[in-house]
Amino acid sequence: MNRCQLLESIVPVLRNRFVVCNIGSPSQELYRLLDQPSNFYMLGTMGLCSSIGLGLALAQKEHVIAVDGDGSVLTNLATLSTMANNPAPNFTLLIVDNGSYGSTGDQPTYAGRKTSLADVARACGCENVVECPAEQTGPALEEALSGGRMSVIVSKCRPGNVDVPVVPLEPVVIKDRFMRELRNRSRS
Amino acid sequence: MATDTDRKVVECMLNNGIGFATSVPCKQLAGVIDLVERSDRILHVPSNKEDEGMGLCAGAHMGGVNSCILMQNTALGVVVNTLATLIQFYSIPLPMLISFRGEVGEKVACQAEMAIHTKPILDQLHVPWHHLSQPEDAGKIDGIIRHAHMCRKPVAILADAQFWGSGR
Repeated sequence: MNRCQLLESIVPVLRNRFVVCNIGSPSQELYRLLDQPSNFYMLGTMGLCSSIGLGLALAQKEHVIAVDGDGSVLTNLATLSTMANNPAPNFTLLIVDNGSYGSTGDQPTYAGRKTSLADVARACGCENVVECPAEQTGPALEEALSGGRMSVIVSKCRPGNVDVPVVPLEPVVIKDRFMRELRNRSRS
Repeated sequence: MATDTDRKVVECMLNNGIGFATSVPCKQLAGVIDLVERSDRILHVPSNKEDEGMGLCAGAHMGGVNSCILMQNTALGVVVNTLATLIQFYSIPLPMLISFRGEVGEKVACQAEMAIHTKPILDQLHVPWHHLSQPEDAGKIDGIIRHAHMCRKPVAILADAQFWGSGR
C-alpha cells in the first residue's frame, strides 16, 4: 500500500472529521479522494502540519486529525516534545511513514533507514504511540478517535505517488470554509 | 520578576482577547512570559523554534482563539518562509512581540549583527513594524494588536532594551 491507497482506505474515518493535511501530494490526494470543508490543506510551509493541528486542538473541543508525513515530521522533530508536554486529548497525529520525500521525487528519508519516529515520539514523552502497517491504519485511527487521549500513529507504507493536480482552492477560501464549518459544528 | 511595563504589555494582550500565546525565551521577555504562563486567560504553549510557534498560533486562530508569539529578533531568519507561506498566504492575524536585541543599550556584541537586519527583513516581507523604545510606549501595543486583527496580517512589535528598562 502506498500513501494514496492508505488515504483511500481511511476515507470513511476521515469523513466529517477536522483534518489538517500535509503539504504537497498528501493534500492533493486527499482533495481528490475526499474534499470537505473540514479539511485544511497546507499549500506550503513544510513541517508545520502537526503544530497547526496541535494549536487547533488546544483551542477548541472538536477532534483534530493531522495527516503528516515522515519527512515533514523530521523537519520539525521537536514538535513531538511540544505535543508530549502540552497534550490535547482531542488530537491525533497520523504520520504516514513511507520512508521518502514523496512530493519531491521519493528521495529516501532517515525514517526509512535507522530512525524510528515512533521511538522518537515515545522518547519525547508522547504516551500513546502506535506503529502499524498501512493496512491497519483505519482501525488504529478509529481507536485513537474513541480513546479520549492524544495519540500518535506511525503508519508504515510504501513510497510512490499518483498523478494528481494541485489543490485548486485559494488559501483564504480553504481557511474560511474550515473555520465556518468548525463554528457551525461547535454551535450544534 | 515582572515590571510595570511587562504588566502593561499583558494587559494590552488581554484587552484584545489574546487567549493563546507561544514563546521562545529571551531575557527581555522573561517578565511577560512569566505573566502569560501564570495567566488563567491565556494558554501558554512554549515552542522550541519560532516557525513551530507560528504553526501553533495559526492553529489556535483557526480554532477561534486570538493568538500571539513572543520571540527574539534573532529568530526572524527562522520564520521567513512561515510568515510568507502560512501567516500571510492564509491571512492569519499574528501580533509578534519581538524583543529587539542588539539596539542601543545591548551588552552582547553578537546581537548587534541581527539587529542590523531586523527591519530590512520585515520590510522585505512587507510586515508592518513598530519600534518601541521607551516604557511609555507600552500603551501603543493595544492599538497595534487591534490593527493586526483588523487587517488579518502579521504585525511586528520591536521592543528594544530601553523599552524593557536598563536592567535587561
